[in-house]
This record gives sequence, C-alpha cells and structure tokens, in this order.
Amino acid sequence: MFNYLLKRIFYAIPILISVNVFTFFLFFVVNTPDDMARLHLGNKHVTQEAIDNWKFERGYNKPLLWASELDGVKKISETIFFENSLKLFLFKFGQSDSGRDISFDISKRMWPSLAIALPVLIVGICLTLTIALFVAFFRATYIDSTGVLICVFMMSVSGLFYIIGGQYLIGKMLKLVPISGYSEGLSAVKFLILPVAIGVISGLGNGTRWYRTIFLEEVNKDYVRTARSKGFKESQIMLSHVLRNALIPIMTGVVVVLPSLFLGSLITESFFGIPGLGSYTIEAIRAQDFAIVRSMVFLGSLLYILGLILTDISYTLVDPRVRLN
Amino acid sequence: MQIVILKTDFLFFLLLAGIFLYSLFVFKDKQLLDVWRQVFRKPLAIASGMVLFFYLAICLLDSIHFKHLANNEKSQEITSVLDSLFEPISKQVETTYSAPFAYSSFVKETILNDDGSVAREFPRLKFGGSHLIDPESDYWPDIWISLIYILCMGFVFWLVLLFIYYFFSYRSRPKSVISFVNVVLVSSGSFKVFWVTLLGFCLLFSFLFVFAGHYHILGTDKVGNDVLYQSFKSIRTGVLIGTLTTLLALPFALIFGVTAGYFGGWIDDVIQFLYTTLSSIPGVLLIAAAALMLEIYMSKHSDIYMSVVARADLRLLALCMIIGITSWTTLCRYVRAETLKLREMDFVAAATALGATKLRVIFRHVTPNLMHLVMITLVLDFSGLVLAEAALSYIDIGVDPSMESWGNMINSARLELAREPVVWWSLGSAFFFMLFLVLAANIFADSTRDAFDPKTND
Repeated sequence: MFNYLLKRIFYAIPILISVNVFTFFLFFVVNTPDDMARLHLGNKHVTQEAIDNWKFERGYNKPLLWASELDGVKKISETIFFENSLKLFLFKFGQSDSGRDISFDISKRMWPSLAIALPVLIVGICLTLTIALFVAFFRATYIDSTGVLICVFMMSVSGLFYIIGGQYLIGKMLKLVPISGYSEGLSAVKFLILPVAIGVISGLGNGTRWYRTIFLEEVNKDYVRTARSKGFKESQIMLSHVLRNALIPIMTGVVVVLPSLFLGSLITESFFGIPGLGSYTIEAIRAQDFAIVRSMVFLGSLLYILGLILTDISYTLVDPRVRLN
Repeated sequence: MQIVILKTDFLFFLLLAGIFLYSLFVFKDKQLLDVWRQVFRKPLAIASGMVLFFYLAICLLDSIHFKHLANNEKSQEITSVLDSLFEPISKQVETTYSAPFAYSSFVKETILNDDGSVAREFPRLKFGGSHLIDPESDYWPDIWISLIYILCMGFVFWLVLLFIYYFFSYRSRPKSVISFVNVVLVSSGSFKVFWVTLLGFCLLFSFLFVFAGHYHILGTDKVGNDVLYQSFKSIRTGVLIGTLTTLLALPFALIFGVTAGYFGGWIDDVIQFLYTTLSSIPGVLLIAAAALMLEIYMSKHSDIYMSVVARADLRLLALCMIIGITSWTTLCRYVRAETLKLREMDFVAAATALGATKLRVIFRHVTPNLMHLVMITLVLDFSGLVLAEAALSYIDIGVDPSMESWGNMINSARLELAREPVVWWSLGSAFFFMLFLVLAANIFADSTRDAFDPKTND
C-alpha cells in the first residue's frame, strides 16, 4: 500500500512538471511579457519606458530561461521560469499583476468556496442516489421512462438559467433570502441556502441518469438473481445488495472531485457574489491578471491529480477485490 | 455581390460534405443501415432529428456570406443569406426596449407635439405594427386575422407537401387516398411522428412569415435590435461550436489514438503521458488561459482583420480550437482502446499476412472501424458544447462580444429581470432556442448511442 502510494506520487511529479512547463510556454513564450504589458497599458500609444516599468514592477523583466550575464546559481534562479513557474511547487504563488499576494488571497478565499461546494456535493449525492434508486426500482415502467425524460429535460437547461431563475423566483419574487452577498461565520447560512439549492438542482438531471445506469447494470448481475431466488424482497435487494455494489463506481466520480472542491464553482460564485476562489478566478480572467490564472491552473491540476490518487486508495478500502500493485 | 467564404464557413461545409459522404457510405453498408434504422425507429428520435435538421439548415443559410460591392468598393460589410431573409429587422430599427408584438415602445419618452406642448408617452415603433393606422382599435383584429391566415397557410402548405409525397412515392404508394391518410394520421409509429412534426414546422414557418413582416415577434432589446433575429443568428454560433470543436479535435484524437494503440511501446507511453497531462488541467482554466493568450494575440495583430465579421469569425474558430484541445483527450482514449482491440483481430492479421504495409492496415482496416466512435462522440458532445458556449461567454472568454450568441444574449440581459417592469423576452428567447436545440440533441444522442452500443440497451 505504502509502496504503491509512493509510486503514484512519483508518477504525478513528471505530470505536474509538464503542466508547469506547458503553462510557462503558454503564458510567456507564445506571447512575450511585452505583449502582456501592452495589453494592460492600453494598446497603441505606449512608450517602451512604460512597458519596461510595468515589467520591472512584476518581475517580468528577467530573461526567460537562462540569465547568461549573471554567474553561478543565479544563472537559473534569476529567470522568469524559476521565479514564476518553479516556485509554484513550493506554493509560492508570488504577487498578482495588480500587486496582491496570491497565496494570502487563496488561503482566505478557499473557505467560502468550500462552504458552497461541500454541501452541494453531499446533499446532491444523497438526493440523486435516492431518486435514482427509486427510478431504478420501478425500472421499465412509466415512472422510469417519465423520470428519464425529466432528467433529459433538466440536463438540457443551461446552468445559467437555473441561477437566473432561482434568483428571480426565490430572491426577488418571494424575498425569502438575499439575492447575493456573503458574510463571515454562521450568518453566512442565509446567503448560502440559495446557491446550494440551485447547485443541487442543476446537477440533478445528469446525476440521476448516470446513477440509474449504474444501478441497472448491477441489477442484471448474477448475484442479484441469486438473492432474488433466495426469496429476498426486491426493496431489500435494492437497498442492501445493489446499492452497496453500485457505490463503488459512484465513488470514483465523487472522490476525484473532492480536492477540487476548494476551487469552487466559477459561475455560481460570481452570480451570488460569494468571495470564493471561483469568483476570484473570474475576476482575474476579466482583469486579465495572468499571474492569478497561472497559479489557478497549477493548483487545479495539482488538486485533480491528488483526487486521482485518493480514488485509487479509496478503491482498496471499499472493494476488497481490488489489489493495488 | 461577391461570395465570401469565412474560415468557419469552409469548415462547416467540410463537415456537411463529410456527413453526406458518410450517409452514402451508410446506404451501401447493409449492417450500418440497419443500425441507423434502429436510431430512427423511436418516435422521439425522429422528432428530435427533424429539429436538429432545422437548426442545421438555419446554420447553413447563415453560413453563406456575401459582400455588397455595388455602392461602395471599400465596403467591408459581410452579410449572410439569413440576414437578407430577415430584412428589414436585421438592421437596428428601433431605439430601445419593446415588448413582443408591441406597436409602441416599452419605455416612456418625452415627445414634442405639433402645437409645442410636451408629453410623456410611449412612442410608436418605427417597424413593429407600423401598418396599423389606429393601433388602439386595429391591433386585436389584425392579430386575429393574421392567426387565422397562418393556420390556413400552414395547413395548405402541409397538405401540398403530403400530396407531393403521395404522388412521388411510386414503390410503396398505398392503394387509395383514404388508406394513405390512415397511414399518416391514424397509425402509430415513426411515419406519423414525421408528418405531425412537419405540420408543426409548417405552422411555425407561416407564423414567422406572416408576423415577422409586421411585428417584432420576440420584442427588441436595450438598443433596439430585434430579439427574434438575434436568436436566429445565435443558432449558427451554437451549432458551429457544437460541431466544429469535435471536428477540429478529431485529427489529434485519431492520429494520436491510433498510433498509440497500434504501435504500442514507448510511443504509447509518450502519448499517454501527453494526454494525462492535458486532461489533468481543469478544462475551464485551460480554456481561460488560452483565451487570454488569444486576446493578446488579437490585440497585437489588430490591424490585419479588417471587418468585424471576419474578426469575430477568427475568434470563434480559435475558441473551437481551444475547447477542442481540451476535449480531444477523451476521444483519444477511446480510440486507443479500440485500436488495441482491433489490432488483435483476425482480419488485421490476415491483411498483414497478405503483405499489407502498416500504413495500409491503419488506413484501410483500422480507421474505418473507428468511425462509429467518432460519430457517437460528435453527437454526444454536441449538447454539452452548446451549453458550454453560454457559460464561457458569461465569463467573457467565449465568442466575440460583437457576435450574436445565446451566451452573449444572456450576458447582456441578465440584469433585465431586476428591472421594473420586468423585461423577460431576451432571456426567454435565449432559453427556449437553446432548450430546443440541446433537448433535441440529447434525445437524438441517446437514441444513437443505444443503437450503436447494445450494451446500454435496457
């Protein structure tokens, strides 16, 4: 187990390095820092002086990969690649283009993101599992086909409309909760109810259909027939046999997103004015803040790879048939 | 008048040609034909297929662009056939909001009367209901007469189509007209669904034809653009993003997938490493990063692209390419797995034994057997991509703001629900136009997948 873990982490490192190199290439080689400066300072009438100044403030005036005029270690360490890309491995995200400390922002803003993403995940799974189990129990009846049709319909509505519609109906017409905003501590609950509810509802169609397929796959297996021939009730089979076995593939999808929950949801957060990492990223994209976007790309892939490793571990814990080697 | 072929137009025509060639191929292959028959056996699949066909047709009309040269040589204005069909409402005719079917503006304005007095009232629209002499009394009679006219026209149009079909279906023509009517209307099954859906389309077309000439059917937006026209223009954006993305990702996925699967060894390792890396970057962030880079590139080369349309077109293409780069990994994985399976098949061994080169085996024996994967991916990814466009445009990394798209419509209209009184038609139109497309695509995709993959049949 421990060996396997080490191997997986070892395998993750080259991937992270290549993600790093890829983003470096995308952000600094495809377009030079000069172009970035020009975009920020307004296009046409920019003096070279202003550009140099902008680059100096953000440390983009260094050479890309190799500082030939310096000596010793500084040849490597005084470059953009080292300062802006390699330091990400130490979680030193540096300063954003507008001069804020990215690490501080991230550590502050990941909690509101989590406060939405975690309830959405948990409530969503419980609700989807229940509905999917219900639909699968009544498989090949009108309840099933109507359920699937409703699911397809719900999948076909853009997530934006769930948010807009929910805000209009609950926030504006019924005035049950504030439309947007956030506050610290327990009073945040009233701000969180609506985004969580909308997050759950907008994922319902897709999730239910997926879980239903998994359940139906299990229902047709031999052990279910055996259980049935032993005289178990259908509801008993569904709850204790099918559900338990179906949880394994379902878990794969859940565990892999667990670490990424910190990143939050881009659109939900920005619509509801929640100061999480999702809205942070959107603000950065809108303000064309490359340092933040670069950090988020790195962080995102790191969390995703972490999720993959966690999935493998949880497999062994849940399913004794799986041996990691 | 000079025909202009934009880059995305070219790719879309290429796609249509590909679909055409594929259907020729299907009609020759009996087994494949049976699978496709099975797709269309479900009534819902027929209806959704027709809706998809309608959207594709609109997209095609909107993809034939031309330039007017007559009055001004330097004019860079590029318009499409759809624009010409929608004249005059394709031009901005009103000044601000107006409700659907309204004859007066939605916002009160200060009007200077002839005698010099000043009044606050709703001014008449320039286009909507301009044929009404006395709107107060003429409005409702005009609507009712038009509706009756539309019903008649739609039915007549439908009957004409029905009779054309009846007289040209020599081989399977039913004995009498009555038994024909029986087949069309009374029998259950896909044939009836086809004609009922067609009746719906006939009524819709006559509705549009009659009312779009006199009213803004879906109202106008903040600056007075017709919402119906905007929604129709958005169809092209949505359909192109849904299809071209997969089309552009296709070469990567096929080449890498087949090479990795067929040759194995270190090539396989390298390619697997490549797509693991790419797929470990969260899609939205990668798209955002690439879109930012595109922004810089466009602003650096802002002098090259003269016309707004060509510029927006390039941006659309780049967006498709960017999303394609993030999404080819999934297809690549499937292609690789399938190639691994195919490589061990007897017919490949036979071909190799008969002296076929590796390239020949790949092109003649392996790749054709991967086509169903491509088809399914194209159909399955479509709806997700249309929805993604709207979300991306909201974050400002979608299509060009000057380009009509449902995402841009939602983005500019999302604060309208907070107005008093509520302006709902822009959002509502984007909602329904998107819903019909995505719903149809989803239903059609389900049917396709069930037919091609018997395992998921339940």
